[in-house]
Amino acid sequence: MSEWETVIGLEVHVQLATKSKIFSGASTLFGSSPNTQACNIDLGMPGVLPVLNEKVLKMAIKFGLSINANINSPTQFARKNYFYPDLPKGYQISQLDNPIVEGGVLEITLKDGSKKKIRITRAHLEEDAGKSLHDDFEGLSGIDLNRAGTPLLEIVSEPDLSTPEEAVAYLKKIHSIIRYLEISDGNMAEGSMRCDANVSLRKRGSKELGTRTETKNVNSFKFVEKAIQHEIRRQIKILESGERVTQETRLYDSQLDETRPMRSKEYANDYRYFPEPDLLPVVLSEDFIKSVKDLMPELSEEKEKRFVKEYKLSDYDANVLSVDPNLSNFFEEVVVRSRNPKLAANWIMGELSAFLNKENLSILETKVDSINLGNLLSRIEDSTISGKIAKEIFEEMWNSKKSPDEIIEEKGLKQVTDSSEIEKVINQVLEQNQSQLEQYKSGKVKLFGFFVGQVMKASKGKANPEQVNKLLEERLKE
Amino acid sequence: MSLKNQDLEQIAYLARINIDKDKFPSLKKELESILELVAKMDSVNTESVVPMSHPLDLSQPLRKDKVTEKDDRKNLQKNAPSIKAGLFMVPKVIEVED
Amino acid sequence: MTELHKLSIKEKLKGLKDSTFSSKELTESYLKRIKKLDSKINSFITVLEERAVKSAKEADQRYASGSALPLDGIPIAHKDIFCTEGVLTSCGSRMLSNFISPYSSTVVKNFEGSGSVVLGKTNMDEFAMGSSNETSYFGEVKNPWKKDYVPGGSSGGSAACVSAGLASGATGTDTGGSIRQPAALCGLTGIKPTYGRVSRYGMIAFASSLDQGGVLTKTAEDAAYMLKTMSGHDPKDSTSLNVEVPDFVKEINKEIKGLRVGLPKQFFSMNLPEYVERSINESLKVFEKLGVKIIDVDLPHIDLSLPIYYVIAPAECSANLSRYDGVKFGYRCEDPKNLEDLYMRTREEGFGTEVKRRILIGTYALSAGYYDAYYLKAQKCRRLVANDFKETFKSVDLILSPTAPDTSFALGAKTSDPVEMYKQDIFTIPANLAGLPGISVPCGQHQGLPLGLQLVSDNLEESKILRMAHHFQLNTDWHKSWPELD
Repeated sequence: MSEWETVIGLEVHVQLATKSKIFSGASTLFGSSPNTQACNIDLGMPGVLPVLNEKVLKMAIKFGLSINANINSPTQFARKNYFYPDLPKGYQISQLDNPIVEGGVLEITLKDGSKKKIRITRAHLEEDAGKSLHDDFEGLSGIDLNRAGTPLLEIVSEPDLSTPEEAVAYLKKIHSIIRYLEISDGNMAEGSMRCDANVSLRKRGSKELGTRTETKNVNSFKFVEKAIQHEIRRQIKILESGERVTQETRLYDSQLDETRPMRSKEYANDYRYFPEPDLLPVVLSEDFIKSVKDLMPELSEEKEKRFVKEYKLSDYDANVLSVDPNLSNFFEEVVVRSRNPKLAANWIMGELSAFLNKENLSILETKVDSINLGNLLSRIEDSTISGKIAKEIFEEMWNSKKSPDEIIEEKGLKQVTDSSEIEKVINQVLEQNQSQLEQYKSGKVKLFGFFVGQVMKASKGKANPEQVNKLLEERLKE
Repeated sequence: MSLKNQDLEQIAYLARINIDKDKFPSLKKELESILELVAKMDSVNTESVVPMSHPLDLSQPLRKDKVTEKDDRKNLQKNAPSIKAGLFMVPKVIEVED
Repeated sequence: MTELHKLSIKEKLKGLKDSTFSSKELTESYLKRIKKLDSKINSFITVLEERAVKSAKEADQRYASGSALPLDGIPIAHKDIFCTEGVLTSCGSRMLSNFISPYSSTVVKNFEGSGSVVLGKTNMDEFAMGSSNETSYFGEVKNPWKKDYVPGGSSGGSAACVSAGLASGATGTDTGGSIRQPAALCGLTGIKPTYGRVSRYGMIAFASSLDQGGVLTKTAEDAAYMLKTMSGHDPKDSTSLNVEVPDFVKEINKEIKGLRVGLPKQFFSMNLPEYVERSINESLKVFEKLGVKIIDVDLPHIDLSLPIYYVIAPAECSANLSRYDGVKFGYRCEDPKNLEDLYMRTREEGFGTEVKRRILIGTYALSAGYYDAYYLKAQKCRRLVANDFKETFKSVDLILSPTAPDTSFALGAKTSDPVEMYKQDIFTIPANLAGLPGISVPCGQHQGLPLGLQLVSDNLEESKILRMAHHFQLNTDWHKSWPELD
C-alpha cells in the first residue's frame, strides 16, 4: 500500500440552460458568429446595470434540493475583481457569502458496486466570461464575448474524493443529476460542464492536508482521470525527493498528457470580493422554493430504488438503467410492452448495448425502438419464438428496421410447439442416429444433449427447447 | 498608517495602473493622509452592527427568462480600438509559463 | 423678449403654449448665448446645435397641433455622465474622450419623452470625482460669479451653465454632494432625490450605492418640473424604487406651517465663517415666520461620514472603473507591447490624478487583509449614521445645515491637498450614505459669491424639501440674482 494518500476536491462549473443570460436579455445559444450575442450589458459598457434572470434561481434551487442542501435566503451576489480580456467589466459577478446552495451530499457508485458519500461544500451562481481565440492572429488574441454573461452554477465538493476513479464517478453523478433536472446538457466537449481538480497528497494516516494544486482545462471524463493520475505521479515524485509541492494552478495538455503551471504573479489572486452594490439581496420565499420542488422530476436515486422494488431488478441492473434519463425511459417503455422487467433489463444491457456500442450510438439514436423491442420480447414471453431465435430477429430488425412480427412471418421463424410436429422430428433424428441411440441405451446418458442439438438443428432452431427436452425424455424412456 | 513602496507597487499592479517610481513619494503622502482621515472609524465600537450595503432594505427584483436583445454588433463595436472578424483584438494572451 | 433665459420653466411653458414665442426662438437664443459666453466659463463639453434646433421644431409642431408633452420645447443640458445615443459621452475623462455612446440612459430617454430640447452635454469633474470641476480632461469650469473661482463639483458644468443662463436647467449626479455643493457655490437650487428615485441605467457609475441623478435649476419650482420627468421606476436598474412619483409641481404649493426642522448640534458647533452662520440664522428667521418649528437635534455619528465615504466610494469606484481597459471601447495607449502593457499604460494615461488616487485607495481598502478594517468597518459605520437619521426623523421632518463650509474658492487653491478638498462635502455626504433626499437653495451672498443652505428629509419625502425650498423662495430674493457675464 502506498505511503501516500490522495485527497481530491472538484470544482465543477455547470452552464445553466436558460434562454437568456443571467444578467441580460441576450441569447445564450451556442455557436453564433462572434459578438452577435453580446449586448451592451454583456460588454460592460459605461452605465449598464445587471438584472437577475429568475430561471437561474429555480435551477440552482432544484440542484440544491436534489442533494439535500440548504437553500440560503437571502442570497447575495459579490464582485470578484481581476483583469482579463474576456472579462469585460474587470470583475465577475459571483457569490461569496450566503451562496444560494450550501451543504448537501451526493452518493457515488463505483465499478465494484460499492457506494461512497461525497459532501458538497456549496454551489453558487455566477456569470461566465467570454472566449479568447489565439490561433490565426499573429501576436494577437481575438476576444468573443458571446459567452460572457451565460449563467454558471459552480459546484464545490469537500475534499472527500480519494482516487481518480472516484473523481470520475462523482463527475458522472453530477452529470446525471444536472441532465435529469434539465438544468444543463452537461456537454463537457462544448464546455457546458467544466471541471477543475484540486489534488494534494499526504502521508497515509495524517490528518493534515498537503499543499494542493488546481488543474484546469480538463474537458472529458477520461481527461479528468488522466490529469489527476498525472498530478498524483508528479507530486509523489516531488515529495519523495524531499522537495515541496508549489501551490499553483496548472493547465492540462491532453495531447502530451501532462500538466503545466499557469503564468501568474504572486498577489494576482487577490480578488478583493465585496457585495455587489448593483444587485439587492435575493429573498427566496418558502412558496418560491416549494413551487420549484413541486416541478422537479424523479431523481435517478429514487428511480433506482423504485426499479429494485417494483421490477425486482438487481442493485447493479437498477443502477445501470437509472443513471441516464433517456435509457431509463426506454427501459420502462419496453417493460410496458413486454411485461417482463428482468428480460427487458437483460436485453437492453446485453444485445441492445452491444449493437449501440459497435456503431457508437447513444440510446436516442437506436435503430430498434422501444416499441419494437418490447414486441420482440413479448413474443418470447408468449413462446412464439425462442430466445435464441429472437437474437437473430433482433439483428434483422436493427438492419432492416422491420417489426418483429414481419420478420417472423417472412422467415417462418415461429417456434414449433406442436407436440406431434416435434415428435416427428425426434423420430427422424433417432432413426438417423442409430448408433448413438444404441450407445445411449447402454448408458452413455451424455448423448441426450447430442439428440437435443440434432432435433434443434433439424427444426432449424424453431422447436421449443423445453418441449423437445420433455418429449425426447419420454421417447427415450420407452 | 504608513505605506511601503512595496504596498504601492502591489496596489498599482492589482489596479493595473502604471505609476512612475518618481511619483511614489508624493502619492504615498497623499494616500497616507487619506488613510489618516479614514482611521477616525477605528475608535467606534461596531461589533454588533449589521453592515449596510444598500440604503434600501428591499429584495432583488427578478426578470423572466426571455431573449430581448438582438444582434447589435455593428453599433456596439463602433468605439472599439481594434476589431478583426468581429472579434475584439488584444495583444496575445499567454496562459502557460514557457 | 431679449431675456427669454430669465423666464422660469413654468413661464416658458406658458409662453410656448400661448405662442408668445416658439421653442425654436427659445432654443436659438440659448445657442446664441452659449456661443457668446461659454468660452468664458467652459461649462459645455459638447453643444448639440443641429439636434437642438431639430427637437425645437418638432416641439413647435406638437404645440401647433395641441399635442404638447409635459416639458415640450424646454431647452436643458445633460451632465456628460448620462449616456446619450450617438453623442460623445465623455464623463469628463480622456478615457472616454472618443466614446460615442451606442445607447441612451433612461434619464435622457425620460427627458426626450417629455419633449425637452437638449442643448448639449456639460462639463464635470472626471468620473464625477471632485468638488471643484478642476479635474476635467476638458479643462476647468469657471464660476460665473467670479471667473477665477470654482463652480464646485462634480456637476460644475451643469451649475455654471444654468447659473449663467445658458440652459433652463441641467441634470447632474450626486454621490457625496456633487449636485448640492455646486448649486450652493453658484447660487442655484440643486436637488438629489432619494436613492432609487432616479434610474441609474446609462448613468456612468462612480460609487453604485451612493450615486443618484438629480437637477440644478434657478428655482425649486423649476426643479419640481424637471425632477418629475426624471424620476420613475426602471426595471433595467435593480436598485430603482418601484413606487409612484408624486406630482412634485403640485406638492410644492402645500403648506409648510407646522413642519419641524432639526439643527444637528454637531454641524453647528463647527468653526464656520461668520457670514455662513449669519446667512443660516437669517434663513431660520424666515422659516420661523412661516410657521416652521426649529429644534436642536443630535446626530452622534455624523462626524464619521467623511471617513466612511472615503472608503466606500473609492472601493466601489475601483471596481466600477476596471472596465476601462482599452479592449472594448475608450482610450487605448499606443503600441501596447503585451497585454500587461495595454492595461498599465492605457489606465495610466487615460485616467487623471484624482481618479487614479481614488482607485488606488479603493483597491487598498478591499485588498487581502484590509477588507475588515476598512470596507466592512465603513459599511458598519454607515449603518450607524443611517440609524441616527432614522431616529431623528421621529421628532423632526427635516434637517437643516449650510450646504458647504464656505463660499467658492479660487481655482487651484485646494488642489495640492486632496483631504482639504474632501472637506467641502462634510454637510452633503451624510445624505448619500443614508440614501436620503437633499436640496440646496441660495440663502445669501458674501463678497459677490453665493451661499447655500441644505435641507434633508426622510426617504421618499422630496415633497417636503421642495415645499420648504419653494416657500423660502417666495419670501426671499437670493435665487433671483444673476451673475454678470456679458
